[in-house]
Amino acid sequence: MKRYEMISIGAGPAGLAGAIEAAKRGVQVVVFDENDRPGGQLFKQIHKFFGSYEHFARIRGFNIGKQLLEEANRLGVEVFLNAVVIGVYEGLVLNVMMNNSIIEHVRAEKILVATGASENMIPFPGWTLPGVIGAGAAQTMANIHGIRPGNKILMVGSGNVGLVVSYQLLQAGCNVAAIIDAAPQIGGYGVHAAKVARYGVPFYMSHTIKAAHGKQRVEGATVIEVDKNWRPVPGTEKDFDVDTICLAVGLNPMTQLLRMSKCKMVYEPVLGGYVPAHDINQETSIPGIYAAGDVSGIEEASTAIIEGRIAGLSIAHSLGYMDTEDFLREREEQLRNLKGLRSGGHGEARGSAKEHLIQALEG
Amino acid sequence: MPKGLSQTGYISKEELEKAPGIPSAERRKKGPVAVIECIQDIPCNPCETSCPTGAITVGEDITNLPVLDEEKCVGCRSCVPICPGQAIFVVDESLDNGKATVTVPYEFLPLPEKGQTVIALDRSGKELGEAVVDSVRVSEKMDHTTLVTILVPREWSMEARGFRRK
Repeated sequence: MKRYEMISIGAGPAGLAGAIEAAKRGVQVVVFDENDRPGGQLFKQIHKFFGSYEHFARIRGFNIGKQLLEEANRLGVEVFLNAVVIGVYEGLVLNVMMNNSIIEHVRAEKILVATGASENMIPFPGWTLPGVIGAGAAQTMANIHGIRPGNKILMVGSGNVGLVVSYQLLQAGCNVAAIIDAAPQIGGYGVHAAKVARYGVPFYMSHTIKAAHGKQRVEGATVIEVDKNWRPVPGTEKDFDVDTICLAVGLNPMTQLLRMSKCKMVYEPVLGGYVPAHDINQETSIPGIYAAGDVSGIEEASTAIIEGRIAGLSIAHSLGYMDTEDFLREREEQLRNLKGLRSGGHGEARGSAKEHLIQALEG
Repeated sequence: MPKGLSQTGYISKEELEKAPGIPSAERRKKGPVAVIECIQDIPCNPCETSCPTGAITVGEDITNLPVLDEEKCVGCRSCVPICPGQAIFVVDESLDNGKATVTVPYEFLPLPEKGQTVIALDRSGKELGEAVVDSVRVSEKMDHTTLVTILVPREWSMEARGFRRK
């Protein structure tokens, strides 16, 4: 059985940042990722990020991905692609399916689970028609593969994913017919909304999708207003001539490996559902298993990077590669950055939900 | 309460009046000046660090709204491509022909050309009418955000925030 000091599961922002911080201090690190390219969702993010300079502000997401990969390579972090971790067992033993052919049995002294999240879907009449896709899928098609997912788009969901993807679909030359949301207020940042509004995309708040129409594929959609109790109001239907319906209705942390490891899980709707209780170092209830990024609660790439760094620092410290003084000082800096990103109307709720995760472990 | 950014996706007149980043009518008449249409407490401050004259203050708590010191602002446009939210514009109402210029961040291709006639759009995407492209500025430092300055009737200077090609 191969042995490693640290295994990162997932080569997205959290997994790479954790691997980098640990490798910088001398930890022997490998990263497994089920995809055929590294970077997680970062390479789809063609917009400039918010924050301060310490948070990669005003750098486009894919360039942050490039920076992380270059740094990981420079430090000798080995990234295995097409490597699906299919199980985590007692004693920090992992089974990894490599290249869809062989299963390798490996052991780690520390594991960082950074598996990210998957897109939520909502069912409605016609939702299985070709042309009903996740907003993240539309983003992958447009920004990774250079394929326009459709010509006339209805975006369901006004969170940052719905807003950012709508803007990027405009950039790809699509017509975005409308952005709808069952909530009475736009979920994402106002500035992201303003970027699409000024190019003529209308917002229909308190509206949900009633049906997708079409025989072989989407040929239209009907939306309907909802009342304060989220009930559809008959007679308020509106039809849209669209060929693509993008669903941007939230993300769900991919916690399968954490649950399999019997990590203590906590239900936090603000963070996307069941997420692992973890301490200030991102370590879960199972010693040696850390979680960072969306799998530990849906936030943003910038927070994922910082959580990954904290996990990496803690792993380096606990393996004896960092003295306590350095560790505490560097962790403090990262915690300060994290606090900055979890402030303001959008960040505070996430910040306090994250506090619950820490209390759940300590209490 | 009138509908605003959280319902329509664009800033209302009432919201604009309360924003701390909007220069006064007197200042706008004197020459180019930044108009910072940032009204939500987002943790973000590149505008502050990008300003060469110290005219934008966010402060220690980076969720504070950017405050414009309209006397210090020289309308250099450094902040326009830096803002990740594309919420900063530069307007110049000092032109003497009843016109004004509005500089907007632009991220669509193909880029317009200087002298080209385009359709100016307001914050809701409504067509205001024809405008002429006064300048198109591309630089590596701006990382694929282009600064497009359009010449519009002066009464649109606080309305026109985008354009589409004819």
